[in-house]
Amino acid sequence: MLKDLFQSPDYFQVDELLTEEHLMVRDTVRQWVKKEVSPIIEDACQQAKFPSHIIGGLGQLGCFGPTIPQEYGGGGMDHIAYGLMMQELERGDSGIRSTASVQGSLVMYPIFTFGSEEQKRKYLPKLASGQWMGCFGLTEPDFGSNPSGMITHFRDAGDHVVLNGAKMWISNAPFAQIAVVWAKDDDGIIRGIIVERGMPGFTTPETKGKWSLRASATGELVFDNVKVPKENILPGAKGLKGPLSCLSSARYGIAWGVIGAAMDCYDTALRYAKERIQFDRPIAGFQLTQKKLAEMITEITKAQLMNWRLGVLKNEGKATPAQISMAKRNSCDIATRIARDARQILGGMGITGEYPIMRHMMNLESVITYEGTHEIHLLITGQDITGLDAFH
Amino acid sequence: MKILVCISKTPDTTAKIAFTDNNTKFNEAGVQFIINPYDEWYALVRALELKETLGATVHLVTVGGADTEPVIRKALALGGDEAFRINTDSQDSFYIASQIAAHAKQQGYDLIFTGKETIDYNGSAIGGMVAELLDLPYVSIAAKFELSGTQATINREIEGGEEIVTVALPVVVSCQKGMAEARIPNMRGIMAARTKPLAVIEPVAADSLTAVSTYELPPAKAGVKLISADNVDELVKLLHEEAKVI
Ligand SMILES: Cc1cc2nc3c(=O)[nH]c(=O)nc-3n(C[C@H](O)[C@H](O)[C@H](O)COP(=O)(O)OP(=O)(O)OC[C@H]3O[C@@H](n4cnc5c(N)ncnc54)[C@H](O)[C@@H]3O)c2cc1C
Repeated sequence: MLKDLFQSPDYFQVDELLTEEHLMVRDTVRQWVKKEVSPIIEDACQQAKFPSHIIGGLGQLGCFGPTIPQEYGGGGMDHIAYGLMMQELERGDSGIRSTASVQGSLVMYPIFTFGSEEQKRKYLPKLASGQWMGCFGLTEPDFGSNPSGMITHFRDAGDHVVLNGAKMWISNAPFAQIAVVWAKDDDGIIRGIIVERGMPGFTTPETKGKWSLRASATGELVFDNVKVPKENILPGAKGLKGPLSCLSSARYGIAWGVIGAAMDCYDTALRYAKERIQFDRPIAGFQLTQKKLAEMITEITKAQLMNWRLGVLKNEGKATPAQISMAKRNSCDIATRIARDARQILGGMGITGEYPIMRHMMNLESVITYEGTHEIHLLITGQDITGLDAFH
Repeated sequence: MKILVCISKTPDTTAKIAFTDNNTKFNEAGVQFIINPYDEWYALVRALELKETLGATVHLVTVGGADTEPVIRKALALGGDEAFRINTDSQDSFYIASQIAAHAKQQGYDLIFTGKETIDYNGSAIGGMVAELLDLPYVSIAAKFELSGTQATINREIEGGEEIVTVALPVVVSCQKGMAEARIPNMRGIMAARTKPLAVIEPVAADSLTAVSTYELPPAKAGVKLISADNVDELVKLLHEEAKVI
């Protein structure tokens, strides 16, 4: 890949809404991405290999669980700082951001929110440093958009439970030391349970042949009569609300994250359009190219403002799941379009690994699907404004 | 051991350079500022390494207005213990050096690090002046710094070779590439920087010995002429007649 020259657009001086500390967080992660991610990411994606050597660096930087209090190894930072970190990581690659999102929002968050004190002390510091990696098992082969129908379940067997079932499409599964698994108990109530690698009957086969998120490892979680100690059950989560609250936390990060990918596509396309000469002038001088670029920066700016406002609400404890859902959908929707238009501006160059656009474009196809598909988020907003459920 | 690192704010290397006020002032509009790379990558990081291996307190000082605070916070996030901002804005090296020297005299440092120069005005004068004002030895453009007890061994790059100097602390050293590897702060450091002390002190009376009368930009680079590969004659002619290199 060519040298990473990224500069973030800021058409509405959104930086002025951020604190000096937010800017330092953003610039720090950007600097780290330029040094550690940009030089290796193209190759990792081409080879479909998760660059596991960067886990230590992500932990050291503080990208795992930045909003978790410091006493548990987290960063104790606010939600705007978290959003900016996700934006910068995804500017590098959605797969790297996914790894951090899963660890922070889908593994550390439920342990912190629903876990016992012993569980928090046992797992959180190791997860924050990256010594242990975790994954989050909700989706099943037959239950994607409607996880409440899940089949995975456990049976009470005295001092332990016996877990059976299978999860699929699980990010980080192939290398994670622990899995936060959502499964039904004997009464059919959804509970969270921490399964550790090495427990007999627990396997994590890798999902091969993805054209998207190729630098992130995805796999299945298979439970064949896995004996799990009862102290691994998260005491505070009962029902679908548990996993859904994790999704709200992760979706919030995605709303910010994909704007990073969109910015990278815009920045690349703008620079290319100003340099590429056809018909004796830069292609940026043609109205059709300008329409694309003008719409891109408009959508990025709108999303930046929406994310910032959402961050303020989240810091005040007022952001609703429906608001987060809207921002996740909007950001993914515009980012996928921006990636497509940006790729078009680069012509043939746009499909090569010399530039990041095609990689972002393919990655975003996963991001618009996971953590609630575009359609499901439309239904969430629809239900919120009409009071009528159109899911069933 | 008490170390002082002098920190200065400079425009980012990609900043577009323009001037205002009749070409006497740098136009800061829209410019991103960073810690002067020689101060950050070499002086500060080497000081932090000494702190980590031998134990030391690392103080930071900058001479400038409130707009320098983001830069000094970043230096705190990287690991500095305590910062001082001397609240005055000046372009004159002697005035700035007098401020740093007055502060250093009060605190008493074993070691004072500066960058070899700033990447904006490239004055390269502060270190030497501070040393003189404090009556301390000065070693410039150091590429390596080792300490054994109170004896420092410093490698300096000189024309075509290297010079190795020994000197007893306290000493003032200006640092360049080779002293240390650049570091990236982390979130823990950024959070810790929140509560680290940053004292604002008022300047002492000192003379300004120089004033900038005007800045000039270098002439714009001429465009590149592309000659097609099958037109070697034209290329030779242009190299001979226009570029006058053959
Ligand atoms: C790379 C990747 C990583 C992932 N990581 C994880 C992970 O770490 N953990 C985890 O638990 N899951 C993960 N997922 C799973 C992801 O959350 C699911 O793929 C997603 O929820 C959609 O489920 P599905 O694929 O079964 O699609 P389906 O639910 O079968 O949906 C298929 C299509 O039908 C539409 N649809 C469904 N219901 C309705 C409706 N009522 N009205 C209108 N349209 C509807 C959907 O919008 C979609 O377009 C990951 C997925 C991918 C691709």
